Amino acid sequence: MSETADKVKKIVVEHLGVEESKVTENASFIDDLGADSLDTVELVMAFEEEFGVEIPDDAAETILTVGDAVNFIEKNKAS
Amino acid sequence: MRSRQGLLHPNDECERSATVREMRRVVITGLGMVSPLGANVGDTWKRLLKGESGAARVETFEVEDLPCKIACQIPRGDGQNGTFNPDLWMEPKEQRKVDDFIVYAVAAASEALDDADWHPESYEDQIRTGTLIGSGIGGLEGIERNSLLLAEKGPRRISPFFIPGSLINLASGHVSIRHGLKGPNHSVVTACSTGAHAIGDAARLVALGDADVMVAGGAESPVIRLSLAGFAACKALSTHFNDDPTRGSRPYDRDRDGFVMGEGAGIVVLEEYEHAKARGAKIYAEVVGYGLSGDAYHITAPASDGDGAYRCMSAALKRAGVTPDELDYVNAHGTSTPLGDEIELRAFERLVGDSAHKITMSSTKSAVGHLLGAAGAVEAIFSTLAIRDNVAPPTINLDNPSVETKIDLCANAKREKQIDVVLSNSFGFGGTNASLVLRRVVD
Repeated sequence: MSETADKVKKIVVEHLGVEESKVTENASFIDDLGADSLDTVELVMAFEEEFGVEIPDDAAETILTVGDAVNFIEKNKAS
Repeated sequence: MRSRQGLLHPNDECERSATVREMRRVVITGLGMVSPLGANVGDTWKRLLKGESGAARVETFEVEDLPCKIACQIPRGDGQNGTFNPDLWMEPKEQRKVDDFIVYAVAAASEALDDADWHPESYEDQIRTGTLIGSGIGGLEGIERNSLLLAEKGPRRISPFFIPGSLINLASGHVSIRHGLKGPNHSVVTACSTGAHAIGDAARLVALGDADVMVAGGAESPVIRLSLAGFAACKALSTHFNDDPTRGSRPYDRDRDGFVMGEGAGIVVLEEYEHAKARGAKIYAEVVGYGLSGDAYHITAPASDGDGAYRCMSAALKRAGVTPDELDYVNAHGTSTPLGDEIELRAFERLVGDSAHKITMSSTKSAVGHLLGAAGAVEAIFSTLAIRDNVAPPTINLDNPSVETKIDLCANAKREKQIDVVLSNSFGFGGTNASLVLRRVVD
């Protein structure tokens, strides 16, 4: 697992208070990890803060799973 | 006749109004509390009766440059020995989303509902159970933190939980969500009268038939740098006891110099009398009187003639059908400010006249400090326990009374006596006054 994925996982565990084992690549924040719409806003903010990337609202709407977050961050962090 | 008069039994004027329906009797069936003296009602009451103080020097933030460096803070810990462990009441990830006053309200409400053994599961029971919890200031800590964040990092760093974590009525919101309480969902904001107004208003909702059960009270988490600075600027806080914190709150004493801030929550379960009886609930006392008034005088100072306080107490007694000589105990507002204590005392003397020598009056703020919006609620609980145990909690630190009075101010030691009827006073900034009258239920 990449360093980004590790950090994302840690943030998700911390913010949603879920077991680390449940935070898989395909896990959906809302359907699998119990987040509500406000939790997802806060998660996106935490990703922005941790990785120094900006995640615009329209992009944030497409980040539904842990994997989506990791992919977006890795793509935008480098550029 | 008077023992059958409920909280809002129509008085003379009301009887002329065809629109007023008969009022139902309202009793207290559950108590819950988080206070500077303990994490629950039992621990707090025990220490209160022993004459202990919850005050200490503030260690949780910088106070060096503040004129008041002391407060009554909740003893946090692992939940043993009377310490408060918030994790036992609210998941840590949920605590992160709310200000502490909501955590205190959730903990105290759970204790109160457990104590009342009322956990409505059917839809019918849920829609007949409501929530009315207030706070004087609400989420000041979140407002402070997010304001700084906005200035430093801009709007994109403001959490979506900032607003719902700071709003005062979200104490009611969280409690209702956790316990499935779908009846009236309401809140009160009247500064230091909040807790008393919340219980009084909730009792009226039960009396009028809007609900059969109400979870009511107040919660406050004001012990932060911003509010110590703000209240100190109003010259409301004690500043001469920074090196001797437990002596700082000293109502009626000649050396008093302001209040000592406290934090916590007090929540009661109010229930329609027949509803409580039908399910065999433990009944602590009946809420028989509730009075309200306004000073219309000054934003922070009490009116020097005490007329607002007098009218408030009179209104509560009138509603209760109780005469002043029937009062056994008064839980005073008594904040330990130079002006307020004597004005309240004189107003009360005017109310009771020749009966003064029979009445015991204490200020429990001497021990727990001033819990602002939670004060009236924790004091209503102390008043309830005074009836249950036939004991008046002491006014501690009352070494040299600044005034002469025939009223027993319960200096430095609890007073054991028959207590059937109690008055509890709360007065707040803006000239807002509330009084509750509680009475032992004898069938």
